[in-house]
Amino acid sequence: MNKTLTAGALALALLAGVGAAPAQTLRIGLAEDPDILDPTLARTFVGRIVFSALCDKLIDITPDLKLVPRLATEWNWSADEKSLTVKLRPDVLFHDGEKLDAAAAKYSLERHLTLPGSFRRAEIRGIKAIEVLDPLTFRIDLEAPFAPLVAQLTDRAGMMVSPKAARAMGDKFGTAPVCTGPFKFVERVAQDRIVLERFEQYWEKDKIHLQRIEYRPIIDNTVRLANLKSGQLDFIERVAATDLDDVRKDRRFKLSSIVELGYQGITINMGNGARAKGPMGNPKVREALELSLDRQALIQVVFNGEFEVGNQWISPGNAAYNKAIPVPKRDVAKARALLREAGHPNPTIEFMVATTGEAQQVAQVIQSMTKEAGFDLKIRATEFASSLKLAEQGDFEIYYLGWSGRTDPDGNLVQFITCGSPNNNSGHCNQEVEKLILASRSTNDLAKRREAWHAIARVTLTDRPIVYLFHRKWFWAYANKVSGLVEYPDGLVRVHGLKVN
Amino acid sequence: MSAASETALTAAPAVDSPARRAFKRLIRRKGAVVGGIVVILFVAIALLAPWIAPFDPAATDWSAVRKAPSARHWFGTDEIGRDVLARVIWGARASLMAGVISVAIAMAIGLPIGLLAGYRGGFLDGLLMRMTDAMLACPFLILAIALAAFLGPSLTNAMIAIGISATPIFIRLSRGQVQAVKVEDFVEAARAVGNPHWRIALSHVLPNVVPPLMVQATLTTAAAIIAEASLSFLGLGQQPPAPSWGSMLNVAKNFLGQAPWMAVWPGLAIFLVVLSFNLLGDGLRDALDPRHRD
Amino acid sequence: MMTFLVRRLAIILPTLVFVSFIIFGLQQLLPGDPALAMAGEERDPDAIAHIRKTLRLDEPIAMRYAYWMAGVVQGDLGISLRIQKPVGELVLQKLPVTLQLAAMAMLVALLIGIPMGMLSAVKNGSAWDYGANVIALWGLSTPNFWLGIMMILLFSVELGWLPASGYVPPAEGLGANLAAMVMPAFVLGNAIAAVMMRHTRSAMLQVLSSDYVRTARAKGLYERAVIGKHAWRNASIPVITLGALEFGQLLSGAVLTEQVFSIPGFGKLIVDAVFNRDYAVVQGVVLCTASAYILLNFLADIAYMLVNPRLRS
Repeated sequence: MNKTLTAGALALALLAGVGAAPAQTLRIGLAEDPDILDPTLARTFVGRIVFSALCDKLIDITPDLKLVPRLATEWNWSADEKSLTVKLRPDVLFHDGEKLDAAAAKYSLERHLTLPGSFRRAEIRGIKAIEVLDPLTFRIDLEAPFAPLVAQLTDRAGMMVSPKAARAMGDKFGTAPVCTGPFKFVERVAQDRIVLERFEQYWEKDKIHLQRIEYRPIIDNTVRLANLKSGQLDFIERVAATDLDDVRKDRRFKLSSIVELGYQGITINMGNGARAKGPMGNPKVREALELSLDRQALIQVVFNGEFEVGNQWISPGNAAYNKAIPVPKRDVAKARALLREAGHPNPTIEFMVATTGEAQQVAQVIQSMTKEAGFDLKIRATEFASSLKLAEQGDFEIYYLGWSGRTDPDGNLVQFITCGSPNNNSGHCNQEVEKLILASRSTNDLAKRREAWHAIARVTLTDRPIVYLFHRKWFWAYANKVSGLVEYPDGLVRVHGLKVN
Repeated sequence: MSAASETALTAAPAVDSPARRAFKRLIRRKGAVVGGIVVILFVAIALLAPWIAPFDPAATDWSAVRKAPSARHWFGTDEIGRDVLARVIWGARASLMAGVISVAIAMAIGLPIGLLAGYRGGFLDGLLMRMTDAMLACPFLILAIALAAFLGPSLTNAMIAIGISATPIFIRLSRGQVQAVKVEDFVEAARAVGNPHWRIALSHVLPNVVPPLMVQATLTTAAAIIAEASLSFLGLGQQPPAPSWGSMLNVAKNFLGQAPWMAVWPGLAIFLVVLSFNLLGDGLRDALDPRHRD
Repeated sequence: MMTFLVRRLAIILPTLVFVSFIIFGLQQLLPGDPALAMAGEERDPDAIAHIRKTLRLDEPIAMRYAYWMAGVVQGDLGISLRIQKPVGELVLQKLPVTLQLAAMAMLVALLIGIPMGMLSAVKNGSAWDYGANVIALWGLSTPNFWLGIMMILLFSVELGWLPASGYVPPAEGLGANLAAMVMPAFVLGNAIAAVMMRHTRSAMLQVLSSDYVRTARAKGLYERAVIGKHAWRNASIPVITLGALEFGQLLSGAVLTEQVFSIPGFGKLIVDAVFNRDYAVVQGVVLCTASAYILLNFLADIAYMLVNPRLRS
């Protein structure tokens, strides 16, 4: 205990010395508390926000989702699309001074593949072998062509960790992560703060203006905003849609936003166990459910109209959106007719919803909209951790659930509709779709992949394992002294160019 | 008032029953009287909710979302256009039920266990009391949260969770009371005459245990209403679209800047009811506790 | 005295065993799969199976309890699976925060509760009595989370006097540390003040009607001296005992207040862990706070014995 205290005091004294330029400290309010800061084991979205300052990845995206070099200068597919050759930058150091070379990259990728409990393995499972070609070049060999691989390398699977530190720390690596990002890890006080400090040997350090970043998880929207207003924070993420007018009126703050990569929707149990045998097992009832909804009114009521309506797994602004299937208009008369045809004029449906305020508001609005068409939705509020289990077991009829989104549309789609996939709660399974999925994954030709996705849309948007409702927007509010934020649809806060004046 | 007691009064005006004397002391305490009246008022509101609520508490109105109080909606409207006054009135049902039923559960479990432990004594007493101590050592709200999460979020389950969490106090209290009473002369006498244990426990010990339990019940009702609000705040209490004051506050906290009326009324209602129960409980304590006779 | 101590100590162990049953049982019986809860959006069956194995979820509950207890006995409270940190370390990290908050809250409770209780006892039945009652009771009658949010809006957002939430270690500035703690301490202390006030009041009433205060009065002592010196000295014993117990409750009872003010203490740690199904954290931390509570209870009993000679025999 005493030792801890002395060590703490020493660390604080050191920090006080460094903090001599407090103007360049950015205090960011997070909406959740990140889980472990190990790119291999991490699971939460909010952890990725911290990673974007801490751990660089091989490839990055642009705000309009094009791929750009980061640690990798170039990457090329072989003619048979079964191996990818990656070339690394020559001037990259890990925070512990080790050099990033092809061997270190191979180590990082293999760690993702083999560390027990790795959540990255599923993302890059197709990798057969990784071969170091020269100090800065390596080749990834696949069992079969797998187009989403490159997009995976823009996220946690593409993050490089220091082999030396990772070997020494094992599964505790996340308590003191050593990566190649522009900031290095200083300390973490659970549920209170994560502190990072500028890494002086960063290869692109002329683009880094901050000296220090403090991430503070504050879950309550009202309290997070209050902290910004009272000056304890400089920057907050995920401002509540209903607070936006308030922020816009306040001249002390700026607001940035962009449509998310993910979606919010209703997952329908159409083939997952006994409960799929109810009315929702009938495609006409599913269609009636969708037709009874007025998406625009929904977001108007609950989110002040700030979000964007949608009907597909990607937002209408996305290049892969199937324009031939626009957001359907509400048609209560037709919904009623469909319910009669289906033989369920007044179906009673259990609607599983998380216990958070926002989800419950959405559920109540949907409840009263569908009532007009004859539905009787019974809201079953379920604590989130329990709902995941119930969803997996198929113990639900319909379930309000969102997805945080992935760069490659594949990440928003395939795991939810593939037969037997662990994330496929609805139990949707269609052989034609299986073929189209394979087609979309086995080529790197974007035009061909889009064609396959459009074909999938024609099937699944009629089958309705998920009724997509809307896409949230990411809202960031920050003090006027902060500048240089570039909005990315993945919702991460990239620190390059960020400044505190 | 019955004729019999009238005669009793005229016959022996100087001798009041203990309950009567306690009642007289109670109504001399203004705080307790005010508290009692407010509690009765809210109970009436809860019972009459279907007739006095100006709107259906679940009726949404998309064109009147988060509107300030007006002639049509006296307390304003909420986040999906429902009438806040109607919801406060209906919410009285949930909140009072949460208070009263969870205390009833706590008493229904706590009183028999306490009687048993106190009357029997010995190993059984030791065992039951260690379990009670253990429950008391686990924080009340955390116990309630874990129980509510275990049972699943709903008003009924919140009441059960709060009731179970509040049980140890009642076990302790009734046991202590029994231990004090069972050595009194009249109990000894009843035993000497050869009454069975159950009859002694019920007809001699129980009546003496009830007064302090009444006090505790009133105070715990107040605490239980707060606990329901706290569980609702964490999403584990009353579930939508049905209202309770706690769940109304839980939603309202997100709109404090734009729609403070959503928070003011349920907050005020909780405050008034809980304060009244506390005042009533304090008054009862003073009236029933012989040490506090003034 | 010795026999009392021994008997008192002898009942601590079985109580602790029951505590461990309760927290282990409750936590393990929670619905939902902790491995799934841990995984969040990710759904890789292999990784989830690994979590299940680490948590021994596929073993019978009695075995899991045995493993846990075996660790606890050796001083190992397990590891938070969510952030891979030993629970013991987490407890040490949060202990100063929780202790400071509890101490400050207690101070608030005493500063409000005792004067109000004395006032209300001395002026029994007067307007002062009712006034003191209502002031003390309002804290007990307002939900903590509600008062907390209201105070943040008033003192941080509107007036800008105090930081809205968060915690500053004292080493980074005592002023900032205190500023951040004032509101949560007030919210917590306010609720306890009512309890302290009630007990002060009834203890004072009892003492004031006792023979020896009457004697003191008869001796012609000033009322202030009678109340301050003689009456309070005797009335303070039960109040102090109660204070120790309330302090014990505070160690983990600050659940919602810590949540609202983002104070990284035990309460927030436990609640977040319940919702994240981080078993080891819930079990370990509640075990620690419950043990502390039982210990404080024991110490309070001893203190009571020491100051109240009549009970010694």
